[in-house]
Amino acid sequence: MAKTTIVPIGPYHALQEEPEFFKLHVEGEKVVHLDIELGYNHRGIEKLSESKTFEETVFLVERICGICSCSHPIACVQAVEDAGDIEVPERALYIRSTIGELERIHSHLLWLGLAGHFLGFNTVWMWSWRYREDVLDILELISGNRNHYAMMKPGGVRRDIKAEDLPAIRKMLDGLKGPINLFKGAVIDDPLIHARTEGVGVLTKAQAIDYCVVGPTARASGVAIDVRRDHPHAAYGLVDWDVVVMQHGDVYDKAIVRVLEMFESIRIIEQCLEKLKTVPGPVDSNPKEVKPGEGIGHYEAPRGEVFHYIRSDGSNRPARHKVRAPSFMNVVSNRVAVLGETVADATIILAAVDPCYCCTERMAVVDAGTGRKVLSSQELIRLSQEKTERLKKELGHEGPKLKLER
Amino acid sequence: MTREEIVAQIKERLGAKIVDFHEKSAKRYYVEVRPEDVPEATRLIHKELGARFQIASGVDTPTAIEILYHWAFDQQGFVVTIRTKLDREHPEIESVSSICTGTEWIEREMWELLGVHFKNHPDLRHLLLDDNWPEGKYPLRRDYEK
Repeated sequence: MAKTTIVPIGPYHALQEEPEFFKLHVEGEKVVHLDIELGYNHRGIEKLSESKTFEETVFLVERICGICSCSHPIACVQAVEDAGDIEVPERALYIRSTIGELERIHSHLLWLGLAGHFLGFNTVWMWSWRYREDVLDILELISGNRNHYAMMKPGGVRRDIKAEDLPAIRKMLDGLKGPINLFKGAVIDDPLIHARTEGVGVLTKAQAIDYCVVGPTARASGVAIDVRRDHPHAAYGLVDWDVVVMQHGDVYDKAIVRVLEMFESIRIIEQCLEKLKTVPGPVDSNPKEVKPGEGIGHYEAPRGEVFHYIRSDGSNRPARHKVRAPSFMNVVSNRVAVLGETVADATIILAAVDPCYCCTERMAVVDAGTGRKVLSSQELIRLSQEKTERLKKELGHEGPKLKLER
Repeated sequence: MTREEIVAQIKERLGAKIVDFHEKSAKRYYVEVRPEDVPEATRLIHKELGARFQIASGVDTPTAIEILYHWAFDQQGFVVTIRTKLDREHPEIESVSSICTGTEWIEREMWELLGVHFKNHPDLRHLLLDDNWPEGKYPLRRDYEK
């Protein structure tokens, strides 16, 4: 019988630099089982929320995640609005979608950069993060913050997007199309990226349905779900855009879905900006109370559906507030996606669902018994990058050519 | 299948097992069943009607521990919540993770945070809390006055 070795990645996740513990059970180079431990970042947000007013709760859930910091607020205010039957003015809907899509673009660029780095293409990393900065600057222009925009509130949004800011947003979006096109070309045309990602870490459609995965992870496996289209909210039912779906469920398809989604996000924002020129205010219906009842709010975050359930007993605080982040459904699917793959590929497979640990958590002890090999972050990235170097030599190819202009 | 057909199917197939049926809006339905009927409701809604499991919310109320299984019908754009009420003294229910793997983690979470025992769960151990967490202490339980 082959000897099984446990390769622990974590508890401080070596790749994403967040607290998470993956135990890879390997036979030789092959992964035969994956055990996931989480809880290192458990902050008790759901319990804390019961001590906040409905307005304060939005600020609290905004701090669940630093990357998709408007996804939780949108889902949360929609849950409150569902519970209390609160109306939202039309202009606020366009502003919600504008902020949401700007966030999606910067989040996907962040993932693309990290994926490039893990595979050994640091040029991709540097360039995609450079263009992410432009998006963050625009968010700062609109909200005053690069992240944690504090835009959402039950009944609308906290501040308007000023007419004089519209041209700057437009200009930034126009400047982004060229670079995203280049990234698309780099992923689609490059034989090395194909070799490293195609057929790697496959999550089949049946598995995706059984594990109930969401977002790009589901859409890359042929499950055509997108909360923005399926359960229209904010302005998504009022503008024209497409859901990007791929069929193979491998790392390659997950990358393609994210790259193509950025174009759709730009389309959505452009239409919202046009509407903002003509649709008048107000941007807030100013609800005074939330009547007793229960409500569900869900929103398509960059990583998939964010889900909030709120129960109101008629007071000004939630009686119960349940939060479910997309990674809670996606991370567990690694258990099947990583089976039979090598340790060098596990690096990119575990990163391909774009996991967000601070979202999923809301503790464990390393049992470093004898005979266990511990790999550090540098070693894991080195393993992955070495494989790319080997392939470079075999294919006689230097990797994606990126000629970007500032 | 349209939304109306799905709702009719749920009403017809679960029949007398439905304790309470509440249509909050065209997008939100709440169906209460007894704990022993949850696996059947799950099989119907996930395996036959094709709903996607979103999450389950566990709520400690003065009279019972409520579990709400939220299911999304994405093609038709609405959410059905299966609600069940468990005895506060001995909260126990059959695990549905063999019907839908996506429920495995949240059952572990409700087990450790709310103290609900899920019978026949394949892997009932701590998810978020430390393995050394004291037994019988459940962070999401409340001390209601008797």
